[in-house]
This record gives sequence, structure tokens and C-alpha cells, in this order.
Amino acid sequence: MKHQMKISCQTTALSELRVFLKKTLAELRMSDIDQHQITLAVEEVCANLIIHSHKCNALDYIQLKIKQNPGKLIFEITDEGKAFNLLDYEVPDLDKVKGEKRKGGLGIILVRKIMDEIEFESSKGKNTCRLIKWFQS
Amino acid sequence: MLTIETQQENGNDILILKGEVDASNSVILDEAITKMVTDGSRSILVDGTGLEYISSAGLGVFMSYLEDFQEKDIDLKIYSLSERVYEVFKILGLDQLIRIYPDKKTALLT
Repeated sequence: MKHQMKISCQTTALSELRVFLKKTLAELRMSDIDQHQITLAVEEVCANLIIHSHKCNALDYIQLKIKQNPGKLIFEITDEGKAFNLLDYEVPDLDKVKGEKRKGGLGIILVRKIMDEIEFESSKGKNTCRLIKWFQS
Repeated sequence: MLTIETQQENGNDILILKGEVDASNSVILDEAITKMVTDGSRSILVDGTGLEYISSAGLGVFMSYLEDFQEKDIDLKIYSLSERVYEVFKILGLDQLIRIYPDKKTALLT
């Protein structure tokens, strides 16, 4: 299985991303809840890139590739914007998020809790974030 | 796509969410809640029956009001979430911070 999608850097592209993920994940034997959570985690990373790295510039694109390796589903997200390394971000405490009345920060917690492995690399202006979910095929 | 309808019932303001909340439309949810607060609501109930999806952008909207609501003594309750949406609230521990009920009747009685 190998699928890919080019996503325009605007938040309205997120619903197209969900449709693509739904269709792709439907091919796998996976519970509705797992499908939903994986979709959410991938969307959170893409939304972060769209909003923070690309400032919603619709002319910019990010690329999503989905690969299935034995026991693993790999979501590879590449872009050429400002590097956003998820692993460098300290996971905010929920009470702190509440106290500061800020709307951000929750997405990172979701990604870390839903995915089993996260990898990030940046080289020659190209950033790659890999979200890995262990999966019994 | 997200649509929001509002209703009043026995002094409660009900926000009926239908569709999907993400970073492209969470501002609509934010504005709807702000309007209820500005209009003097003391009790806000969110009907999640038709809520198919909510990302952190939407969850963050709820989070951003919690402290204010505590200070101003405004009640916030959410009911009738689908199992998969409720799971997302649970992953974040939001089920410990927001009162969530299985249905409208329980939410109104509690």
C-alpha cells in the first residue's frame, strides 16, 4: 500500500485531507476509533505546518505519503517551510493551557498520545516528519 | 463543514453543533460561545449529537473559556457525544475538566 496527497497550505484543505485519509484507512482492518484518531493526529501535524510554518499561504504545499510496512503504518509529511520539529516542543501541561486561556498546544499532546513513534529530520530546506502507528495487519 | 444552531430551554442556552470542527472553522464556535456569554447566559449546553469530528482547534476553544466560566459561575456542559469524539476528549483528559453527559436529559437534571 502506498498513497500520497499534495496539500495546499490553507486550512480549508484539511477537510480534503480527512476525506483522503478516510478512504485510505478504510482499506485496512482497523477500528473506527483508531481510524478517527490517526486521522486527527495527521491533521494536527498538517494544520500546524499550514498555520505556523506556511502562514496559510495557499501557494505553498505539503506532501503526505502513507506507507504500510510490516506491523507499521507510516505517515510521512514533508514540506519546505520553517522547520517545525514536534520533538523539540515540550508537551504543555493541561492546567497550564487552561490557565493561559490559549487555544494552541493541545494538538501536540494529541499527536504524541495517538502515535507510537515520531521522527523528524530537516536537510537542505526540506523537513520530514514521520508519524508511525504500530499496526496488526 | 460546521453548522451551529442555538436554542433556549428553561434558562439554558443550547448550542447544537453539526458537522466537523477544525482549524478552518473553530472561530465560528468561538464566536457563538462569546455571543452567549455577552448575552448574559448562565448555563451553556453543547449538543454533540451531530458532531462528527473535532480537532484541537475546537477543543482549544472550550479550554479557553473554562477559567472564565469558573470565575463568572457560568455552567458548561456537553452531551450526546459519539463514542469516537468522546474518546478524543478522554485522550486529552478534558473529560476531567468539562462536564460531559450521555444525553440531554441527564445533562439538564445534573
